[in-house]
Amino acid sequence: MAGQESIHEDPELVREFLIESAEHLARLDNELVQLEARPRDADLLAGIFRSVHTIKGTCGFLGYTTLQAITHEAETILSELRAGRRDASPDLISLILEVIDATRAILRSIETTGKEGANSFANLIERLQFAAANTPAKPEPAPGAAAAEPGQSAVCDSAIRVDVGLLDKLMNLVGELVLARNQILQYQNAADDSALSATSQRLNLITTELQEGVMKTRMQPIGMVWSKLPRVVRDIAHALGKQISVAVEGAGTELDRTIIEAIKDPMLHLVRNACGHGIELPEVRVKARKPAQGRVMLRAWHEGGQVNIEISDDGGGIDPAKIRRKAFQQGLLRREVEPGYNDREILNFIFKPGFSTAEQVTSISGRGVGMDVVKSSIEKIGGQVDLASTLGEGTTVRLKIPLTLAIIPGLVVTSGGERFVIPQASLLELVRLEGEAGRGQIEQIQGARVYRRRGTLLPIACLNEVLGLACDGSDEVIHIVVLQSDGRQFGVVVDGIQDTQEIVVKPLSRHLKGLSMYAGATIMGDGRVALILDVAGIGQSAGLVRSASEPARAAGEKKEAVSEAGRLLLFRAASFGRIAVPLSLVARLEEFAPSAIEQAGGRRVVQYRGRILPLISLGGMLDSRVPDTSVTQDPVPVIVFGAGEQSIGLLVDEILDITESAVTCRKPASHPALLGSAVVGGRVTDFLDLHAVLAHAGERFDGAAARSGKPGTILLAENSQFSRALLRGALEMAGYRVIECADAAEALRAAEHQRPDLLVAAQTLPPAGAPSLVEQIRRRHGLERLPALTLTTGAESPHQSSGGEFDDCQAMFDWDAMVESLRRLSGAIENHTAQPEEAGHL
Amino acid sequence: MSNQTAPSRFATFTVSGMYFGIDVLNVQEVLRRETMTRIPLAPDVIAGLINLRGEIVPAIDMRRRLGPPAPDASENPMNVVARTQDGPVSLLVDEIGDVLDLDAAAFEPAPENLNPHARELIRGIFQLKDRLMLVLDTDKAAGIAVEATRAR
Repeated sequence: MAGQESIHEDPELVREFLIESAEHLARLDNELVQLEARPRDADLLAGIFRSVHTIKGTCGFLGYTTLQAITHEAETILSELRAGRRDASPDLISLILEVIDATRAILRSIETTGKEGANSFANLIERLQFAAANTPAKPEPAPGAAAAEPGQSAVCDSAIRVDVGLLDKLMNLVGELVLARNQILQYQNAADDSALSATSQRLNLITTELQEGVMKTRMQPIGMVWSKLPRVVRDIAHALGKQISVAVEGAGTELDRTIIEAIKDPMLHLVRNACGHGIELPEVRVKARKPAQGRVMLRAWHEGGQVNIEISDDGGGIDPAKIRRKAFQQGLLRREVEPGYNDREILNFIFKPGFSTAEQVTSISGRGVGMDVVKSSIEKIGGQVDLASTLGEGTTVRLKIPLTLAIIPGLVVTSGGERFVIPQASLLELVRLEGEAGRGQIEQIQGARVYRRRGTLLPIACLNEVLGLACDGSDEVIHIVVLQSDGRQFGVVVDGIQDTQEIVVKPLSRHLKGLSMYAGATIMGDGRVALILDVAGIGQSAGLVRSASEPARAAGEKKEAVSEAGRLLLFRAASFGRIAVPLSLVARLEEFAPSAIEQAGGRRVVQYRGRILPLISLGGMLDSRVPDTSVTQDPVPVIVFGAGEQSIGLLVDEILDITESAVTCRKPASHPALLGSAVVGGRVTDFLDLHAVLAHAGERFDGAAARSGKPGTILLAENSQFSRALLRGALEMAGYRVIECADAAEALRAAEHQRPDLLVAAQTLPPAGAPSLVEQIRRRHGLERLPALTLTTGAESPHQSSGGEFDDCQAMFDWDAMVESLRRLSGAIENHTAQPEEAGHL
Repeated sequence: MSNQTAPSRFATFTVSGMYFGIDVLNVQEVLRRETMTRIPLAPDVIAGLINLRGEIVPAIDMRRRLGPPAPDASENPMNVVARTQDGPVSLLVDEIGDVLDLDAAAFEPAPENLNPHARELIRGIFQLKDRLMLVLDTDKAAGIAVEATRAR
C-alpha cells in the first residue's frame, strides 16, 4: 500500500470516491432485494455487477486493498450469476448484502480516519471464496421469469450534485435579499421617482421568484428515505422467519429536507413495528386465510398544505382488549376508570411512554420505547400521529406533516414593548375584551385567572408576567390569544395583536436552548429579530399545562399516568341529568344484573366479593316522583364507595364520564342531597353530597374511625362554602368529625371551645391566610401543638410553615393525598394512636 | 483549543478599562451598534439577539461578563463578532483598538491576582510598551453563558 500512499492522499479524489460509492451502495441495497424476487433479471444483474465493479476498480486505483479484495470476490460471484451459470439464491444474496455492509463500514472508516481500518474481513472473504468455488448445478430455468425492468432514466445527465451547506447559505442570502427588497420598496414609496419605482418593482418580482426557486432546491422526494426500507424489511423478515413485501405509493412526494431528516427515524420505527408486531408468521396467516406473504404499504400524498404519510400493514391488527390488559399490568390504567375509555382511546395507550404489547423483547421491537418517541418527534415538527387498527385485518398509522419547517405562518403579538411570534398551528382564536364589561368576564379563583368563554372556563395567564416583562397599566382593551397544547386549551393575555405573517424559523443558539418558552427566532420585515414562542413551554411555565413528561418511564415504577386528584365521576341518576362526585371517593364501578339484587332487612343488597353490599338509590331521595325500582333487564350500574366491610353501592342510571374538575362557577344547593352546582366540561353539573345521601339512607358511614374508638375532630377553615362542603364530605368519609368555619375569627373561637385534634385550613383564608391563623391558634393555651394542614389550589406558591412536624401543605381536591397527610399529622397526637387504617384507601 | 503558543496577530478592544486582544482569525467582523432584541428571562450577560445578514447571533455584554457591571457609561457599544464553537457570537465592547502584530515571546500567563471573573476568560497577557493586553478566550467568553442559561 505504501507505494500508492500518494494517490489516496489526494483529498478531493477520495471525496469523489466516497460520494460516488455511497450512491452505488444505496442503489445496490435495493437492487439486491429486487433480485431476490426476480433472480433471473438480466438487466438487474448487469446493473449490480456494474456498481460492484466500479467500486472495485476505483478502490484498486486508490490503493484500498481490503476493500478491493472483498469487492473482487463479490464480483466473481456476480459474474457467475450474470453469465447465468448459477442462480441468485437467498443465501448468496445475503452474502452479497454482507459485502455491501462491509464496504459501507470501510468507507466510513476512510471518511473519518482516512484509513481502511483494522478489520480485514478475512472471514467474509473466505466465505465468498468458498461460495464462488462451490457452484451448485444450475437448475432448469423456470418458465415466466420476470420481465426486465425498463432501463434507468437519463436523469443523471441533467442533474448535478450540490453541497447542502451551500443550499442553506443560499436560503439565508435569499432571506436577506427579501429584507433588503422590503426596505427598498418602502423607500421607493416615499421617493416618488418613476425610474426607481420601475426598477424596484422588477427587483420585487425577481426576488419572489428567486425565493421560490431556492425553496424548491431544498425539497426532496420522500422516496429518498423509503429507498432504505426494503432492505430493513427484508432483514427483519429473514430474522423472524416471516415473509413480507413492501409496496410504496407516492415516493415522489416532496418535503423540505429538514423534515425528511426529522421523520426518518420515526418512520423506520413504524415500519419495524409493522414487521415485528403487525405481520404474523406465514403459518398463522395461512390459517387466517390470508396470503402467506404479508405486505407493508407506504403511501404519501399532499393534502391541504400538508403531507400525509401512511404506514399500513395487513397483519393481525391490535386487540384493544390486550391493550387494556397490558395497560393494567403496567399500571397505566386503573380498573375503576377503565369504563371511561373507548377502544380508540385505548389504542392510543400505545403512544404512552413505557408501553409495549410484545410478549417477548426482541432486537426488533418490544422494549416499550419507541411509539412515544415517534409521537413526540412527529409533534415536535408540528405534525400529528393517528392510529387505526382492525383486529385481524391490519394496522394503519397516519402521519400528518407540515411541508416545511423553514417557513411557518405565525401571529405577531406585542408584550412589554417586545414583539413575539406565536405559531399559527397552536392558535385557536383571538378574544378582544373592551372596558368594564369585558374585564368582568375574567375572574379570579384564589389567585388563578380564568376567562368565561362560551360557558367554559379557560385558564389564562399574562404573557408579561410569564416572561417577567413590565406590565403597562392601561387595560382599556384586553387581548387574549387562545392557544392549544397537548390537547389542553389556555389563554395568554398580550398587550397587542399585530398581524399574521409567513416567518422564516431560525433556531436559537446553544446559549438559549435552555429557555423552554422560545421555539426559535425570526427576522421581521424591518430587519429586527423577534422571538418565536413555544406554546407548550409557555403553558408549562405559567402553570396552565402540566408537564407532559411526568408519567413514569421506568419499568419498575407503577404509577398512574393520570393523576386522580381533582377528577370527577359524572353520572346520571333519577331526574338529575348530570351529577358529579369526586373520583377519589369512588372505590369501584360495577354492573349488576337486576336479578342479582336481593332484599335483606328491608333493604336492597347484592352479593359482592363474598360480602353483602348494601345498595342505595338516589331516586327516592332526589325526586320522589320517580319510581324506585328498575324495570329493565339490563345490568344496573353501581358506584361503590368505601372499602371492605364499609362498602356501600349507589344505584345510578348511567355512568357518563370521568373528567378533570373545573370547580368554578358555583351555586348553592337547591336540594338536600346536593352540595351545589358548577360548570364541568361546559355543562352545569350538580355535586352529590355523599354524606347527606348516606345519612338519609340510614347508613352510618363513618369509616374505620368508628371502630378505632375516638374519632379525630378536624377544624375545617375554608371561606368558600362550596369547597367546604366538598372537603367535609371527603373528611367525613375518612372517619373524621368536622367542625366548619368560614373565616379566621370563627376558627379561633371554635378552636378554643371545641379543642379539635387537627386543623385543615385553606391557604387563602380571609383575612390573612392560613399561616396567620395557625400562628394565632398556637398562641392559645393548650393548642401549641395543634397539627395543621394547609390546602393550596396549586396556583399560589405553597407556603412552607415554620411549625415543622405538625405542619403539612397539600393541594386542594387531592383527597387521597390529603387523607394521607392527615393520618401522618395525627400520628403526632400522643393519646390517639389507633389511626383509621382504611382511610387511606378511600 | 488551548494552544499555548499564542497567535501573533490580534484584534484589540477595551472593556471596562481593560485592554483585550483576540486572534484576528477568530474575528468575523466588527460592527457599530446594531438594533438588538431583548430576550426575556435570559441571563443578564446575554444582551439580546442581533440580525447579522440573516443569521441570528446572540450578543454578550462583555462588561457584565467580566464581573459586576460598572455604573452604566452608556456609550454605544461596538459589536465584535467572533467565531466560537457555538457559531458566531457578538461581543459587546466599549471601544475598538488597532490590529497588532506581536511576538509570541512576550506572552505570559495571566497573573494570579486578576479579578477572578476576568481571569477564567483569559489565556494570558502580552506586555506592550505602554500597557498590557489580555488575550481573551472567545470560546470561554461565550461558553459560560450556556451554563448560566441552564441553571435557571
